[in-house]
Amino acid sequence: MTTYVLRRLVLMVPVAFLVTIGVFMLIHLTPGDPALILLGEDRSPQAIAAIHQQLGLDKPLYVQYLIWLGHIVHGDLGRSITTHQPVTTAIGERLPATLELGAVALIWSLLVAIPLGTIAAVRRGSLADHLATGLAVGGVSIPNFFIGIVLIFFLSVTLRLFPFGGYVPFNQDPFENLRHVILPAIALGTAGAAINMRFTRSSMIEVLNQDYIRTARAKGAPWRRVVFIHALKNALIPVVTIVGLQIGGIIEGAVVTETVFTWPGVGRLAVESIFNRDYTVVQGIVLLAAFSYLIANLLVDLVYGWLDPRISFT
Amino acid sequence: MESDSAGSVLLLWRRFRRERLALVGTGFIVLLVLLAVFAPILPLRDPNHGYYELLPLDGRPIAPGSVFWLGSDPNGRDLFSRLIWGARISLFIGFIANGMALVVGVIVGTVAAYFGKWVDMILMRFTDVMMAFPVLLFSIALIAILQRGGNVLVIAAVIALFYWTAVARIVRGQVLSLKEVEFIEAARSSGGAPRHILFRHILPHLVPVIIVYGTIGIATSISTESILSFIGIGVQPPTSDWGKMVSDGQSYMFLAPWLVIFPGLMILLTVLAFNLISDGLRDALDPRHRSLVKRVVGGFSAGGQALVTSPRTPVEAESA
Repeated sequence: MTTYVLRRLVLMVPVAFLVTIGVFMLIHLTPGDPALILLGEDRSPQAIAAIHQQLGLDKPLYVQYLIWLGHIVHGDLGRSITTHQPVTTAIGERLPATLELGAVALIWSLLVAIPLGTIAAVRRGSLADHLATGLAVGGVSIPNFFIGIVLIFFLSVTLRLFPFGGYVPFNQDPFENLRHVILPAIALGTAGAAINMRFTRSSMIEVLNQDYIRTARAKGAPWRRVVFIHALKNALIPVVTIVGLQIGGIIEGAVVTETVFTWPGVGRLAVESIFNRDYTVVQGIVLLAAFSYLIANLLVDLVYGWLDPRISFT
Repeated sequence: MESDSAGSVLLLWRRFRRERLALVGTGFIVLLVLLAVFAPILPLRDPNHGYYELLPLDGRPIAPGSVFWLGSDPNGRDLFSRLIWGARISLFIGFIANGMALVVGVIVGTVAAYFGKWVDMILMRFTDVMMAFPVLLFSIALIAILQRGGNVLVIAAVIALFYWTAVARIVRGQVLSLKEVEFIEAARSSGGAPRHILFRHILPHLVPVIIVYGTIGIATSISTESILSFIGIGVQPPTSDWGKMVSDGQSYMFLAPWLVIFPGLMILLTVLAFNLISDGLRDALDPRHRSLVKRVVGGFSAGGQALVTSPRTPVEAESA
């Protein structure tokens, strides 16, 4: 087990290394002087010189990269070009909102996916199954900005049940905080619900066909108990994998939803920074998103082996 | 070998014909493609011309009806005609981006699997790196930095840049299992050149898989494109584009909900249609019907499994 973890970590190093090169190149691969891109409109010689010095642009590219990498390893992502705030602070301020949105979206997706997937698997070919499968295809086909807008239109504008955007911190007013998070979480979690539902369904079908289920039935265990205790536990193992990867992809997934609902998270910060040409912040967010995906990938592999002892770590 | 490939496609079609929903999807796409292709010669209003003279005096957009079938926007532009012209953009980007992703993915996957060893190691490591990139964030940043938002080909290329990885993994799995098949071994041992074996023996067997994953790829590319335009980084105005139309219509949602609903529905229906088609195709290749298709796509589900590990591609090999 320990050697497996170590081996996985070692294998991750070159990938992580290449990811940092990619993120670094994001600014440096553009034709012309990166200082001009970073500065946007303000192109005074002083400003250009300041950026040159700040980024060490007079040095060879690989030296610049190594300096940048050195800073990153020490947790220094540079400073925002527009606000001059450290990038880590800018991201740190926005991260809780994104994590809350992601968590509620995940809960919503599982609340839909697991019961529906289980029913669809147990009663294959029934109306519920067809409905579930239909929802599954529809759920991945509908663009999440469109779900968001439709929800706002019907539930906020017409029925006035929910606010149509914005954010209230939890410690300020827990109830308002929840009221604000529900619609964006539904918009964000629906595609995930569709995917998780299909996984639950197909995995459940596979498990229900196994011998130990027949044994449990034969010895007289009630059907409900067999389905929900014996089968579901094992059927959810593959679902854990996909959910883990969804958690890793949360920052990226939130980009669109946060834009629609003016949710002050990291995704919206990314879009704002792109339009403000604040590329150091963009770099920081892309890096964070890539690494959270890589780490989620690693954790999923480890958790998978722990949940399913049949998988050997060799 | 061409006849073999043609035979497998024909077999796929025979099974596909029975998938009703997939046929509905196909019908929708065929209609949409025809409308998009012939848009310039159809009796449509100019999509970018503002018919201000038709608007009421207070300048409100006109609701769907006899003047404008699907209504007009506040600039007096014909929504129906803009939707049809918008289909040209979405379909074009969908097909081109997906085409590029398929070409790169098939080449990388085949080369990695066929040559194995360090070639495989390097190519697959590289694929891993590309998969770790946050596709959407990176696309947005890249297009913004390149400052080529208006260029359709740049948008397609950026989308393709991140989607070839899934294809590469599946194709690699396929080729790995094909390599073990007797007739390939026979061709190799009788001294066939790698290029000959790849093009004459291996590629034809990949055709059904490429068709299936190609359709999913189009759906993904179109929805990515709509997200890029919705955020404001895709095709630039006045060109009509579905994602951009939804985002522009947002401010008129109370006054003219049709400005959001119709373009949103077009994206939904188009992506849905491609997803239904790929679902139908996958069912046609389902392991349940192995006896029929075994010779066509040995180990299909094993190959498909690779996609499962990617959260960005909502595909799974259903074991049902």
